[in-house]
Amino acid sequence: MTTILNVDDVSKSFGGLKAVREVGFDLHEGEILGFIGPNGAGKTTLFNIVAGAIPADSGFVTFDGQRTEAMRPHEIARLGLVRTFQVVKPFSGLTVHENVLVGAFLNRRDPTEANARSREMMRITGLTPYADRAAQGLTLAIRKRLELARALATDPKVLLLDEVLAGLTPTEGAEMIEVVRSIRDGGVSMLIIEHVMAAIMALSDRIAVIHHGEMLAIGKPAEIVKDPRVVEAYLGEEFQIAPD
Amino acid sequence: MNRLSTLVKSSSSDLLVLLGVVAILSILPVALNPFLLSVATGVLIFALAAIGWNVLSGFAGQFSFGHAAFFGLGAYTVAILLTKYSVSPWLGLVVGGLVGAAFGLVVGWVSFRFGLKGAYFALATFAVAEMLRITFNNLDYLGAGIGITIPLVYGDDWVRMQFSNTREIHYWLILGLLAVAVVATIAIKRSRIGSYMFAVREDEDAAAALGINPLKTKLVAMSISGFITAVAGGYFTLFFLFIDPDVVFGAVVSVAILLRPIVGGMGTIWGPVIGAAVLSLLGELTRSLVRDPPAFLSFIEGANGLDQVLFGLILVVMIIRAPDGILGWFRRRRKQAQT
Repeated sequence: MTTILNVDDVSKSFGGLKAVREVGFDLHEGEILGFIGPNGAGKTTLFNIVAGAIPADSGFVTFDGQRTEAMRPHEIARLGLVRTFQVVKPFSGLTVHENVLVGAFLNRRDPTEANARSREMMRITGLTPYADRAAQGLTLAIRKRLELARALATDPKVLLLDEVLAGLTPTEGAEMIEVVRSIRDGGVSMLIIEHVMAAIMALSDRIAVIHHGEMLAIGKPAEIVKDPRVVEAYLGEEFQIAPD
Repeated sequence: MNRLSTLVKSSSSDLLVLLGVVAILSILPVALNPFLLSVATGVLIFALAAIGWNVLSGFAGQFSFGHAAFFGLGAYTVAILLTKYSVSPWLGLVVGGLVGAAFGLVVGWVSFRFGLKGAYFALATFAVAEMLRITFNNLDYLGAGIGITIPLVYGDDWVRMQFSNTREIHYWLILGLLAVAVVATIAIKRSRIGSYMFAVREDEDAAAALGINPLKTKLVAMSISGFITAVAGGYFTLFFLFIDPDVVFGAVVSVAILLRPIVGGMGTIWGPVIGAAVLSLLGELTRSLVRDPPAFLSFIEGANGLDQVLFGLILVVMIIRAPDGILGWFRRRRKQAQT
């Protein structure tokens, strides 16, 4: 198994609050690594560091053989590590198609090719019926899919998905899970943060548990749910994996 | 060549509109008397300047309150090259545009590098234009407060771009420049850089997350914008044959430039042109109303400044009724009609 992303001993404090403490992990090619942990555990901060949105106080990030911890977000995105935002950030004044087009232009200059790429990404994410709608008036479920389609249009090697299921109805969530699975089958590795336990257990190849900024445990979903420290910190006594 | 044909195919409706507009506008001189033709030429010059503003502020979302800086630099470049070095305005316009672009890069780098946004960026551009106005007012080499007058020549002189018996040639030349600028903005809108400008305008963080360098995108917008507005300023010199710092660098010029796309429709291809036409028409109408009012309004005849008040009031109503410009208003009406 080749490692595509390596995070080594990363720490970050905000004033007196240690948001992330000496966290390290590997992401393998084609793998989905899920992050769980209570609110405020430091998951999004860790994502922000990996994506270059905030600098780490210490530690290293290596993506596809290159050190990226000092790079700017757009430089990291160009290497092929692209994130979505927990609070979605659509380009409100543009249509859905124009939104996805922005991502598609990253690796192709020709408008005709970029158009085709955008149409394809909208098809995969089920956005085709909304192509010419303004991004402004869309429901949350559609905006979450748009966030994903736009990121996917850049031909990423690794996607960072920050709570793409949060706020969705069970039906919408199930559709989104199918979309994420099909993206993984297309060869994209992923880090995902999710609170919907059944979903993340079913999607992830491995799970990392973050608690008070520290990596509490990392391993296969079946191992994680049996880990007594995880049960105590986050899952609660009665938790069982939901049937697939 | 391939990219050109793609552009033609994907923007055929925009280009068709352009052909129609140019065709109608190019026969206009036949119908207009010399005074109105002069007015129309002024409309086109400011429409061109407004197209430049629209690239930076409408497309890339960086609101400039000081585009007089570019306008004035273009005007002075053409004037100085012609009067002091006998350089033909044909070349002068290009050099003026380049000066505008380079100045845009410098101002843009200084402001965007240090994160100026929104009102702060607008204030910075305003300050820069004022700085230039005051500087030019005090430099004897540049004519100081007296300004520069372009000496008249006899007969037609294509090198110096002066034409004795007709203003029609100027009208057609500026119309040609305007058409080129419209084609350029259509091309920008369809291309990667245009898509990136829109993204940066809407949300810089989201844009950066998709691999866009916001600083670079804004600098490109600033230099294209500066180029186009400076060329318009250069043409102002050629047409009016006299400039001074207040006339080309004044805050009134900045406002005149930014009002046009706002009234017509910011971030659209035709907004600046429509805004320029509507505002000039409105200005002429209010002026003639005060100069020569109908019988029941005879008491306002010759009331100094009343036309400006009327103009302002109508403008306020327009902005309230159509905050997204005339084009935006039409678009909303059409959408309402559909549903």
